[in-house]
Amino acid sequence: MIWAVARSRLWNLRHDRAAFVLSFVVPIVFFTIFGAIFGGDSGRSETRTIRVVVVDEDGSDNAKQFVEALAAEKGLTVLRSSAPQAGGTPNPYTAATAEAAVRAGDVPVALLIPLGFGDRPVRFGPDGEKPKLTLIADPSDPIAPEVLSGLVQKVMMTAMPEAMVASGMDAMERWGGGLTPDQRAKMQENLKRLKERRPSASAGPSRGGAGLVDIERRDVLGDKKARNPMIAFYAAGLGVMFLLFSAAGAGGAIIEEVETGTLDRILATRVSMNRLLGGKLVYLSGLAAAQLLVMFVWGALVFGLPMRGHWTGFAIMTVCTALAASTFGLLLAAISRSRMQLVAISNLAVLVMSAVGGSMFPRFLMPPVMQRFGLVTLNAWAIDGFQKVFWREEPLTHLWPQVVVLTGIAVLFFTLARRIARKWEAI
Amino acid sequence: MEAPLAISDLYKSFGSQKALDGVALDIGPGEILGLLGPNGAGKTTLVRSVAGRVRPDAGRLSLFGLGPSQPGAAALRGWVPQEICLYPLLTPRENLWTFGRYQGLTGAALSSAVGQNLEWIGLADRASDRTGNLSGGMKRRLNIAAGTIHGPKLLLCDEPTVGVDPQSRERIYTMIGELKTRGVALLYTTHYMEEAERLCDRIAIIDHGRIIASGTREELVRSTLGSRQTVTIDTEAEVAAPLAEKLGRLGATVDGTAVRLLADDAPKQIRELLGVLHDDGVAIRDLTLKRASLEEVFLHLTGRELRE
Repeated sequence: MIWAVARSRLWNLRHDRAAFVLSFVVPIVFFTIFGAIFGGDSGRSETRTIRVVVVDEDGSDNAKQFVEALAAEKGLTVLRSSAPQAGGTPNPYTAATAEAAVRAGDVPVALLIPLGFGDRPVRFGPDGEKPKLTLIADPSDPIAPEVLSGLVQKVMMTAMPEAMVASGMDAMERWGGGLTPDQRAKMQENLKRLKERRPSASAGPSRGGAGLVDIERRDVLGDKKARNPMIAFYAAGLGVMFLLFSAAGAGGAIIEEVETGTLDRILATRVSMNRLLGGKLVYLSGLAAAQLLVMFVWGALVFGLPMRGHWTGFAIMTVCTALAASTFGLLLAAISRSRMQLVAISNLAVLVMSAVGGSMFPRFLMPPVMQRFGLVTLNAWAIDGFQKVFWREEPLTHLWPQVVVLTGIAVLFFTLARRIARKWEAI
Repeated sequence: MEAPLAISDLYKSFGSQKALDGVALDIGPGEILGLLGPNGAGKTTLVRSVAGRVRPDAGRLSLFGLGPSQPGAAALRGWVPQEICLYPLLTPRENLWTFGRYQGLTGAALSSAVGQNLEWIGLADRASDRTGNLSGGMKRRLNIAAGTIHGPKLLLCDEPTVGVDPQSRERIYTMIGELKTRGVALLYTTHYMEEAERLCDRIAIIDHGRIIASGTREELVRSTLGSRQTVTIDTEAEVAAPLAEKLGRLGATVDGTAVRLLADDAPKQIRELLGVLHDDGVAIRDLTLKRASLEEVFLHLTGRELRE
């Protein structure tokens, strides 16, 4: 009897293709996605490197040597010039353009090497005369500044031994009473040999000595922000994910109307399919916009998300995101043949889009390939747009890529939904 | 004035399956035409064609001179589907408002129509309850009101009394009568023969996608069965097979203790039947003689019971 019950369930599973797919394919899909995001064996070779803009205001040999050593670090991608305009030459970064690049989110961190760095890159002693590098950071990425700080200290230790020796000699002369001319000559000789035998920049492990160089960190977006710098990200990320879930659920009302015959009855009245889908879109978009509004107002009340001064940008992004999410719900409803199928398809689609698009885990912390791949989802575009408004405080005109893409998605999804909805028209 | 409904040579196939095979019928103003037919005969396809939900392959179908999908046709037509096509979470008032609005009513006209219809279907005191919580009969009445709220001149009623208790059915009959009084023409499908006999001015019988007979009840009986009468004899004991065979040779059918015969010459044929029964020692409990009914007409024409 027990076997009969089990066998009938097995038959049921075999006939229910959607459930079958969910049972076996979805876990594999999610395993693959999260493996790619957090780095499995296949992802190790392309673990996230930190993009850093380096501005060398000093230009000395030591400074150049330091920059080259940084560039040789596997964990860093050093950018010294911005991408050239069409047909032009690359523009070397300046302190101002480097800061602008961080502010715009092009890179998470920039390093300024000040004039005079080359004279004494390293300085021992308690008098606070260490050379000061300036690290400009985007605090929404908590990892990049820390990694860069550590690598700067490592490079100092391993790639610039002669600078350390020279600095040590200075310290000795200052605090130890000076060297005899003979000692000085021998030291210079050894220093020369040391320079010739300089190890490769990235060779050898760091052997402590942190703090050889002072790094002054400056957060470009930190002053007027929420208490938690990630709050805008979470409001947008989670907001969009739940928007998609509720749009898919609300789209299910159409399936219910089909299954009960109510859709047939409606289409026999003066309501055409265009008007019906238009009405559904208005309702779904209004609901989605209200959901985002509640989410962000809650963020403002509880987490100090700064709404003041951002209402216009919020409105623009909310309208575009709500339209895209609503048409997504309509499209899913049009594709699905039953409510059960809709639930299965929408769960799979929303979870995959949210994982890849950065609703669950910030895209800027993902490997580069996953960051680019995430742009196929509307989550990524919506989150980027809200980040521009609330975090980077970019001008509204800078929202055009997000507005164009999200509106384009909405038009595409609605057109497809309308086309597929022909199956419900008179036969 | 154009007829509320005029159909001629209507054809529709789904793949190789012929659903409508040259249907022709018409309905006059204030007339109720009953559409009877076995399952799969083409009733639903015909009703959905008139509702504009099925596109015929060929033929003519006009509602007051308009095609079923032409602008203006929806306002003249009402449709009460067989299923309860309402929103169960909405109240009766909200459902009526929704379908009234879908039919183009606005403002005071809409509010007034909602109020009048709630009174008409006897749900004024339940107007704010959830529709899903109403009884089956109440939902059926609301289903009718949702199809008639805009005051159509032609109403398609697809088995509006299915699954309804006798009391609610009586109430629905009254509503149908009131619609007829208002001059509404009705195309009425049903599986209840007595309903068709009671409500309909004319009856059309459809089978295999064709109208095989139509007319008033009397016309149908006369044209199909002539002056034949139905003889029913109820025996005390179940009729044995050999006796049933003998009775069959006289044109009777046997079903348990019931012996039926459609008689051209009733007195003579009754004598013959009673003689055979007497010879076999079968006692008689009851004998009735009546005019042939629509049921016999239907059975005679389609070879099937209406509810098969």
